[in-house]
Amino acid sequence: MSSLPTPNPPIDPAIAVYWAAAAEGRLVLPKCSECGLVHWYPRPFCPDCSSRSIEWIHSDGAGEIYSFTITRRGQGAYREASPYVLAYVELDEGPRVLTNIVDADLETLAIGQRVTATFDNVPEVEAALLRFRPV
Amino acid sequence: MSIRGAAHIAGVYEHPGRHLPDTSLALIHAEVAIGALADAGLTVGDVDAYFCAGDAPGFGGISFAEYLGINSVSYTDTTETGGSSYLIHVGHAAAAIAAGKCRVALITLAGKPRTGGRPPGGSGNVSTAPEFGFETVYGTSVLGLYALAAQRHMYEFGTTSEQLAEIKVAASLHAQHNPNAFLPNPVTIEEVVESPLVSDPLHRLDSCVITDGGGALVVVHPDVAKDLDRHTIPVLGHGEAMKHLDAGRIDLTHTGASSSGPLAFAEAGVSPADIDYASIYDSFTITVLETIEDLGFCEKGRGGAFVTDGGLVAPHGRLPFNTDGGGLCNNHPANRGGMTKVVEAVRQLRGEAHAPVQVPDCELAVAHGTGGSIGTRMGSATLVLGRGEG
Repeated sequence: MSSLPTPNPPIDPAIAVYWAAAAEGRLVLPKCSECGLVHWYPRPFCPDCSSRSIEWIHSDGAGEIYSFTITRRGQGAYREASPYVLAYVELDEGPRVLTNIVDADLETLAIGQRVTATFDNVPEVEAALLRFRPV
Repeated sequence: MSIRGAAHIAGVYEHPGRHLPDTSLALIHAEVAIGALADAGLTVGDVDAYFCAGDAPGFGGISFAEYLGINSVSYTDTTETGGSSYLIHVGHAAAAIAAGKCRVALITLAGKPRTGGRPPGGSGNVSTAPEFGFETVYGTSVLGLYALAAQRHMYEFGTTSEQLAEIKVAASLHAQHNPNAFLPNPVTIEEVVESPLVSDPLHRLDSCVITDGGGALVVVHPDVAKDLDRHTIPVLGHGEAMKHLDAGRIDLTHTGASSSGPLAFAEAGVSPADIDYASIYDSFTITVLETIEDLGFCEKGRGGAFVTDGGLVAPHGRLPFNTDGGGLCNNHPANRGGMTKVVEAVRQLRGEAHAPVQVPDCELAVAHGTGGSIGTRMGSATLVLGRGEG
C-alpha cells in the first residue's frame, strides 16, 4: 500500500472481472478476441471494432513513464497527500494508463523510466487502484 | 453545403465585470444578451434561435430563453464542450441559418467562479462518467492534466519553461492596454518561471485568471446584416473536433485543433499564412503552444521558437494573438475562454481593438477554442472570420 488516498471507484458490473483481479493484486487487461486490440480504460466491448468478445489477459504490469507531473497542491483528499505524482504509464501491452507513481525519488523521476504495477486496496468495495512504482 | 459567408456576427458583448458578488448568474446572462443585441442594433424580439452551454443551468436552454424573454425560438442548441462550446455554437448557428431554420441566433455565457461557487464541471466531477474510476481517483486536477501535456512536449521537442513564459508575457503586454483586464500589469519571463510551481512544469503564472463575468454573440442571416448599421463580420469557416484517450493511444503533444483547424481553413478557402490575427484558447501557456502548432502556424514541435522574441505580440509579431490579454490576463468567465476569443477577433476585424494592439488592415482572423483538457479529452473548435464590408 502506498500512502496516497484510496477513493472508492464506482464499480461497473460489466467489468467486474477487472476490479476483482485488482482486489487480488493482479492486473488483467481487456483484449478483443476478434481484432486483437488491448484497450484502456476497460469496457466489456472493443472500442475499435465493437465486438463483445473480450478476453481478460494477464499483464505483468510492466511499462514506462509516458509523462508525469508533480502535483504540489492537490484537491480534496489529495490536499494532504501533496506533493504526489500524476502520470501516464505506457504498458508494455500498449495502452497509456493515467495513474500515480509511488515510492519514487521526485528528483530523478523521468519520462521513459521503467515502472511496475502495484495495487492499493480501497476500503469499501472489492477493488483496488492501479498504481506504479519505479523498478 | 458550406457555411462560408452564410452568416454574420452582428453583435458582441463582453461583460466589463471581473468580480460580481452581487449579480446573479442569471442576471449576467441577461446583461450580456442585452449588450450584444444592442451592439447589433437588434432587440430580444428579433431573436429566433438560442444557444447556451453547461454554464446556463435549468431545463436545457429553455429556462434561460424564458428568463431572457425570448418567446419565439425555432432553433436551439445546447452543445456542451466546455470552453469551446460558444465557438461551436457559432458554427452551428451559421449552419442553421444557411438551412433556413432561423435568422437571428443569440449565444450567451456567464459564470461566477470568483464569487458564486462552483463553475460548470468537467467530466471528472460526475461519478457516472465512464472514465471516473480510472482518472479522478488518482487526484487529477485541471492544472495537473495540462502539466502532463507540457512535460511530454518538453521531452519530445525540447520546449522550455522560458518559451512557455513568452506566451504569458505577450498576453500581459496586451492586457496593459485593456482597462477591464484582471491582471493589467506586464510581467517578465523571469517572473513567470520564478512563480510557484503548481504542477511541474507549470507555474502559477502559466495559468489563466479566475474571473466572474460573461459574454454574448448575435449571429444573423446576411440579409439581416445588410439592414443593420453595425459593421458585421462574416463567418467564413468552422471546424470542430473531439479528441480523447482513443482507447489508450492518447498523444499528449497535439490537440483537437489539428482536426478542427484544417476543416475551418478549408471551408474558408484560406491558409494559416493568410491570417492577420488569432484568438487562441489560453487556459494555460501550453494550450497556446500546442494549438499554434496544430493550427499550422508553425511545424509541430517548433512552437517554442515561434513564440520567442515577441512572436505573439501585437501589432507586429509573427502572429498577433489575444490582444485583450486573453484568459491568461484579461478574463476567463465561468472558467471558459471561448466566448471572449470570438469577441476579441470581432473587435480586431472591426478595427475596434485597443489602439496600441490593433492589427493594421486586419482582414482575416482565427478564433480557436479548447474545452475540457488537453491531458485527457477535449472539444476543439476553430472559426475563420473575415472583415466583411464594414
